[in-house]
Amino acid sequence: MSAEILRATASELGERIARRELTAVEVTTAFLDQIERVDDDVKAFLHVDRAWSLDQARVVDARLDAGEKLGPLAGVPIAVKDIFCTQGVPTTCGSKILEGWLPPYNATVIDRVRNAGLVMIGKANMDEFAMGSSTENSAFQVTGNPWDLERIPGGSGGGSSAALASFQAPLALGTDTGGSIRQPAAVTATVGVKPTYGGTSRYGVIAMASSLDQPGPCARTVLDAALLHEVICGHDPMDSTSIDAPVPAVVDAARSGDVRGLRIGVVKELGGNGYAPGVEQRFREALDVLKAQGAEIVEVSCPHFKYALGAYYLIMPSEVSSNLARFDAMRYGLRVGDDGVNTVEDVMRLTRGAGFGDEVKRRIIIGTYALSSGYYDAYYGSAQKVRRLIAEDFDAAFTQVDVLVSPSTPTTAFKQGERTADPLAMYMSDLCTIPSNMAGNASASFPCGLAPEDGLPVGFQVMAPVLADDRLYRVGAALERGLEASWGGSLLDHLADSDAGAYLGVRTDVATPPLAEPVEASDAREI
Amino acid sequence: MALSPTDVARLARLARIELSDDELARLAPQLDVILDAVAEVSQVAGPDVVPMTHALPLTNVFRPDVVKPSLTPAQALAMAPAEEDGRFRVPRIMDEEA
Repeated sequence: MSAEILRATASELGERIARRELTAVEVTTAFLDQIERVDDDVKAFLHVDRAWSLDQARVVDARLDAGEKLGPLAGVPIAVKDIFCTQGVPTTCGSKILEGWLPPYNATVIDRVRNAGLVMIGKANMDEFAMGSSTENSAFQVTGNPWDLERIPGGSGGGSSAALASFQAPLALGTDTGGSIRQPAAVTATVGVKPTYGGTSRYGVIAMASSLDQPGPCARTVLDAALLHEVICGHDPMDSTSIDAPVPAVVDAARSGDVRGLRIGVVKELGGNGYAPGVEQRFREALDVLKAQGAEIVEVSCPHFKYALGAYYLIMPSEVSSNLARFDAMRYGLRVGDDGVNTVEDVMRLTRGAGFGDEVKRRIIIGTYALSSGYYDAYYGSAQKVRRLIAEDFDAAFTQVDVLVSPSTPTTAFKQGERTADPLAMYMSDLCTIPSNMAGNASASFPCGLAPEDGLPVGFQVMAPVLADDRLYRVGAALERGLEASWGGSLLDHLADSDAGAYLGVRTDVATPPLAEPVEASDAREI
Repeated sequence: MALSPTDVARLARLARIELSDDELARLAPQLDVILDAVAEVSQVAGPDVVPMTHALPLTNVFRPDVVKPSLTPAQALAMAPAEEDGRFRVPRIMDEEA
């Protein structure tokens, strides 16, 4: 019974709760028990409070029992990245400087999730202030990748992706500044979507780089991600960069998955040298699956994408150096050295020295340098020009094709500790995801197989024009349908039923058949 | 070398971050490598390219200037590191010699 609940999709759980076959309390209890069973090993959560979650579930059950009509996800548990302010509930953003902080208000996205009847099941681990690609920069704990606990679950949203892949939550919330939703999704075989910039409200989301940050849905299936997308998206007067336009029809797109006649552009620059062979192989096979369903595949060049990483690591730290000035030890958070002798500036310096980790310090210092007089034009100014060139590459490409695609990351999940001493190697994890943050368009990662060389998940990235988020889901659903037909289930079903996933305790009586190779290229060409 | 340990120490002071000698020795070479890698942006940023500050072409957004509910003083002070007489208590602003 418990394994059946844990492995169900969010949409199935929502339907069964709405029909009152299951209660929100039963479902929430099953996931809380799973957290107790496996999270000592996975370490996905920073904060779990049974009473808090069960109280939410009881309220939802009471509303449903009273005949109230709630949304399709009412009663479904959700893991919340610890970057979202949750009123009265610890919110650390992965940093010592906010340890023990209880926000006085909710993020807009949190209010929307609560109003839709979702049940928050815990605050998920993350790189400190969302700065990182492995979740190893968390000040509190290192999260394991459920596929191999000695490997990274991606970052910064590694707690969210690991919670999904270890069946501790059917849905999660993330934020994506340079790939922090999509890269964790790619390395855990989950779905992660970065909506169009301005599509989701940033109000109450602890800011890293305000012109790039964007909250979005994380899930195990394309439809589940779309259902959550619909809950959290839409105009918010509390965020002055929020788009006042209708939310694209993402759920309809996820249900249809019709890619007939869709023109898909493969970005020439996002492949080749530095990309793992198994990543490129699974990516190409996924293209064949889309082609077999009637999509047209062409190659497209985006010549300035190769400068995106450099421009990103100037623009983002510049915004970071400004945004993180708010952690000044005066109104909330850590205060160090307040001994009656030290001045306010001494206390700020000592507090920030003690409260920030290495990566946060690196980025603040780079940003301070890039914005300083005499260097501004060469660094920040040039980076802003490159940002324009990247946006123009996207504009030109979208006159030829409906969506662009690439691998989500150059490699599969690396070992913990492998890149911590080499920041540049860590930054390379986001090579494919950064361009969409720079231009603000919608982008997503979908599972597309296991790399033959290491048996680890590979992600397929789809990039769509601004406010065409529905196209992501159309492609994602086609891919999911085509690939899962050939696999005989999802990749996470295979993990759950394998010996490697035995520790998860979610095997069902009907084991998933062994993983077959996806559609043969020759089959694809016939159609 | 784009960034020397002396530069990093000065930038850390500007950013109000106390760095230990160990941290300075560890971070300074890393920052130099990072800055060296990102400097390639200046190669393509020609004078004719218009800088892009934001993903959306937005202008300022205003709301009507009316009083709306906000945090109470107790809520605002609830997480203060130090509080006195309903206010945030802060360390002294001036140095002894000032």
